Amino acid sequence: MSDYTPSEIMTIAAARELQNDDVCFVGIGLPSAACNVARLSHAPDITLIYESGTIATKPNVLPLSIGDGELCETALCTVSVPEMFRYWLQGGRINKGFLSAAQLDRFANINTTVIGPYARPKVKLPGAGGAPEIATSCGEILIVMAQSKRSFVDKLDFITSLGHGTGGDDRERQGVTTKGPTKVITDLCVMEPDPETKELTVTGLHPGVAPEAVAAATGWSLKFAATLAQTPRPTEAELGVLRALHRRTEQAHQSKAAQ
Amino acid sequence: MAGFTSLGEAIRDNLKDGDTVAFEGFTHLIPFAAVHEAIRQKRRDLHLVRMTPDLIYDQLIGMGCARKLTFSWGGNPGVGSLHRLRDAVENGWPTPLEIDEHSHAALANAYEAGAAGLPFAVLRGYRGAELKEVNPNIKEITCPFTGEKLAAVPSIRADCAVIHAQKADRKGNVLIEGILGVQKEAVLGAQRAIVTVEEIVPDFGPVSPNACILPSWTVSAVVEVPGGAHPSYAHGYYKRDNAYYKAWEDIGREREVFLKWMDENVLRKGPDVFSRHAGRAA
Repeated sequence: MSDYTPSEIMTIAAARELQNDDVCFVGIGLPSAACNVARLSHAPDITLIYESGTIATKPNVLPLSIGDGELCETALCTVSVPEMFRYWLQGGRINKGFLSAAQLDRFANINTTVIGPYARPKVKLPGAGGAPEIATSCGEILIVMAQSKRSFVDKLDFITSLGHGTGGDDRERQGVTTKGPTKVITDLCVMEPDPETKELTVTGLHPGVAPEAVAAATGWSLKFAATLAQTPRPTEAELGVLRALHRRTEQAHQSKAAQ
Repeated sequence: MAGFTSLGEAIRDNLKDGDTVAFEGFTHLIPFAAVHEAIRQKRRDLHLVRMTPDLIYDQLIGMGCARKLTFSWGGNPGVGSLHRLRDAVENGWPTPLEIDEHSHAALANAYEAGAAGLPFAVLRGYRGAELKEVNPNIKEITCPFTGEKLAAVPSIRADCAVIHAQKADRKGNVLIEGILGVQKEAVLGAQRAIVTVEEIVPDFGPVSPNACILPSWTVSAVVEVPGGAHPSYAHGYYKRDNAYYKAWEDIGREREVFLKWMDENVLRKGPDVFSRHAGRAA
């Protein structure tokens, strides 16, 4: 068995959460990598949707932006951005949304807006993009992001997108009928919301990761399930798919536009 | 009725200081050449509207053209920050920038409502999201039929919309292909519209009856600017110059480096420099 990096097992563990019959709204970055690894391995017919309006796209390289030409050229069809958000997302046609975040809290609420106060930002982050409505309109949400005390925080500087709010039935009380975040996959572990309180609980560890290391990379007192699963090691085939995808992507993005 | 003109005249005649302007193109067909002309003509006090500000608004903001920004995702896609946007928001350089921040769904709905001539858009959005606490342009509205609480945002009806497209025919009709973004809505919601195109052709030839075409009477000015969307791309013509987007990280980061780059590559140049990026994809 070959070695792998924490980032690689994170992406591969995230990819395993997707099935062939999923219709998935894909965020850029880590989610895009995970979704395409799934498509290029165990879920060849998965429907990947990007907010640029591309439906059932099959990119050969990972897009740098959410609207690279590759996405449109390999899509079943491409609709306008208003149609994408109105008919397809708000219309309830998408069963999974795959997101990432700058900051996440214990109820899997997402901040991608600002570090520091909104009126006097220390760091202005890019902002919401599609996430607030992806988070509430998709059937369920998967989140993939690297874990550290800076990103897994006790209190968000800003709630850009709703996770489980203040916990319990807060989503329902806010008029949201979808499940919200069902899994958070990091480079150390897998977390799931507690069925009652909705607080994120570690349910699985990646091979060789100690619970203490996970706790130390979290900004709140993290809960662990009584029995912890161990993430299966990435297979040679999974690693091959991921590395080839990154290699093709790297080459494509470094070269000046073909003319 | 669209008139064929030069880029200089199109901007001079249709974009005024203080205008609300939407330079649109959702990662595709971004009107870089038109933005550079607006910067050369020193437009000031613009209210910029765009879902993804991208490098073009980083350039306009850094050059002091903007007083306000309406947007929904302000990063350099896949690369990181827009440093000129951040410098304006965090430090007020070169001038303070008022921000009107939304989600993609809200702005997409707002453009559609603008094209439909409505005063506001309604969506099932912003639930549990804090933007509605800090942006007075996000309100709650109750459905008069079901009682459901929904979000409302003002429609976007710009003074001027500026887009780039693949083709115009000799009558000034405009054909857009590939990722369509919100360009059609931006143009139909605006008082005036400028369209730069890769080429002007005698006629479009065989296109789908459902093709995205803006009739010439919806457009104020059409300008042929081959390569005018570089470093974004034109489906069927040239690819996105991802290396340029990555290089912008270092160009945009420091004020002096940025100003020097803009002087050399924008202020001292004209629309013709874009033609070297033009071409047809094999």
